[in-house]
Amino acid sequence: MEGAAHLKPGTAIGAYRVQEKLREGGMAALYRVVPNAGGEPGLLKVPKLEFGNHPACYAGFEVEQMILGRVAGIHVPRLLASGEGDCGPYLVMEHIAGKSFADHAAAAPLPAGEVARLGAILASALHDLHRQEVVHHDLKPSHVILREDGQAALVDFGLAFHGHLPDLVAAESDRPLGTAAYISPEQIARVRGDPRSDIFSLGVILYLLATGRMPFGDPAGMAGVRRRLYIDPLPPRRIVRDLPEWLQEIILHCLEVRADQRYATAAQVAHDLRHPDQVVLTERGRRAKRPGPLVVARRWLASLSATPLSNKLPTEHLALAPNVLVAVDTSCKNEALFQALRDATRHIIGGEQHWRVSCVSVQEPSLLTEQEDGAEIMRALHMQRLVELHHWVRPLGLPQERLRFHVLEGSDVPARLLEHARASHADHIIIGARGSSGLRRLLGSVSSRVAAEAPCSVTVVRAAQAADMDT
Amino acid sequence: MKIAVLSDIHGNLEALRACLAHAEGEGAGMHAFLGDLVGYGADPVACLGLLADHAAKGALLVRGNHDEAALGGLCEDMNPVAREATHWTRAKLGSTERDLLASLPFMTRRGDLLFVHAGADVPEKWEYITSCSQAAHCMEAAQAAVTFAGHVHQPSLFFAAGSGAGRFQPVPGVPIPLTGRRRWLAIAGSVGQPRDGNNAAAYALYDEEERMLTFFRVPYDHMSAARKIIAAGLPERLALRLHKGE
Repeated sequence: MEGAAHLKPGTAIGAYRVQEKLREGGMAALYRVVPNAGGEPGLLKVPKLEFGNHPACYAGFEVEQMILGRVAGIHVPRLLASGEGDCGPYLVMEHIAGKSFADHAAAAPLPAGEVARLGAILASALHDLHRQEVVHHDLKPSHVILREDGQAALVDFGLAFHGHLPDLVAAESDRPLGTAAYISPEQIARVRGDPRSDIFSLGVILYLLATGRMPFGDPAGMAGVRRRLYIDPLPPRRIVRDLPEWLQEIILHCLEVRADQRYATAAQVAHDLRHPDQVVLTERGRRAKRPGPLVVARRWLASLSATPLSNKLPTEHLALAPNVLVAVDTSCKNEALFQALRDATRHIIGGEQHWRVSCVSVQEPSLLTEQEDGAEIMRALHMQRLVELHHWVRPLGLPQERLRFHVLEGSDVPARLLEHARASHADHIIIGARGSSGLRRLLGSVSSRVAAEAPCSVTVVRAAQAADMDT
Repeated sequence: MKIAVLSDIHGNLEALRACLAHAEGEGAGMHAFLGDLVGYGADPVACLGLLADHAAKGALLVRGNHDEAALGGLCEDMNPVAREATHWTRAKLGSTERDLLASLPFMTRRGDLLFVHAGADVPEKWEYITSCSQAAHCMEAAQAAVTFAGHVHQPSLFFAAGSGAGRFQPVPGVPIPLTGRRRWLAIAGSVGQPRDGNNAAAYALYDEEERMLTFFRVPYDHMSAARKIIAAGLPERLALRLHKGE
């Protein structure tokens, strides 16, 4: 048997042929391979099983093989083949062309707009992974690749957790699993499967991109790693003077020591990074220095007690924080329908803990806006729609920090709503059915198209109607 | 080949039929019955008839402690309810059923798979596998890639890890790849008397080619099974626990 780390070019592995060795890590070696039948090259991963390697090397390989076999979509590499060859167990996955986030990190500090753009792309990819029951647990710039189409792909699932599969890697080691500079406080306590652990690591990446520095350094020992449980990072605005408050707010919100004080989902982080004007600023955004010794002492004491273990699956965490999109056509002036939409909204967010409600309306361009001063008119209409959305939601008495408002523009109303629902990772759409006139039947209604094509559940709301005489 | 693994049927005909039908729908080409075919339930004869048909078609069967007790073995270790059910079952069995039970081995192998009722170390000691250390011991003794066992009525999956074993609570209906170079121990759960708070029958399906294991829960007519227990004069508690699944 040839050693995993010494496969020569031309070696046959299943239906592939080794082309060249790309790199060798502590756990496995990576090669570029080409299919014998021709076609796009793949990435071969072979775990190091030689004497002296930790058993976790193989467990990490098994976990990656299991998880890649179970997840799908553009945010993960496709699994092309796996099996046992002369080189031992192996897997071949899609070789993703593109720049790694490590290249971007090397150029940090980046402008706030660029940090937000990259961060939102990464947060969206992360949410997609969490929705598939997976927590990555080793998120860092070198594990994120920006595809040529601008989407992020997450790689290296050797420490990942899948809620429906045995956690082989955790059983193999009694040490915290993760990378010291990026690991979350609860991972240090060996908690597995909480999506908010990845949100903490995402916060470390955002901090690095925005400031060029690591928020907790790169500690070598356990004592150094544990410092993040009670000592806050230096506020990013202390390092980059003109860093906007909203970006500091987002970064420090991701880096909260207690998972329940962080963003509940990566989708919420993505949303805030894409809509800085809607970030609700708190003390975090304005903070100018680290908390004083009293706070540190209190946190240090708290850090000594055990972290409560949760047995929730990743998707059960997400279910506590649904993103509910309510499409309100404020131009229809139907008070009964507005009330029915509010009732449905109250009912759907009912029992959940960390919901967000996005109030969305679509402004259709009219003849007026094609005139010379059209842009001015459009802006005024936009503002009018926005205040109408605020007016619609006010009777519900919901906390402001949970509400988001969007006035979209376009003539294809359902297409705009669907696009927004996809981009904002909506979990539920509430939309009104305006009526059943002959014209509507002829043209097809907005709500029926949204219901047919939505990426999530849709509730179509109708105002109560009196019974017709002939029914 | 897809192998349906059914354990701890305990004379529950309704549950057995429901699981067999489910397994057929899942494409099972073979069956393994992991013992405790009788005891507790009201249909030992009908169940054994069904199992004898499967045995004739190549199904694997092993012996459980209740099967042994039904043959006349000692049942002094059993609790009073189990003992009463054992005496009731003994009286129902004819020579055909007794011959079938007497022919059952304690464990059986197929390639790198091992089928056994309880711990594989000394199967006739009927050890319960409830902890990771017991599971590690069992896998070590079994010397098989995958060991299938029953006896404990809660489904779970153990795997060799480090010097011991890890444990996983399977999600019903979700296939789990059993990777090579690692030993696995699957506790199939109970067809005829689930005890984990879920009254649906439990069984597992193993796909040999894909090395995929899926645990299933199958709702069945537990009301009829319970009514028959009461009508047969068996302890009422045995009927009640089918409703509650505990």
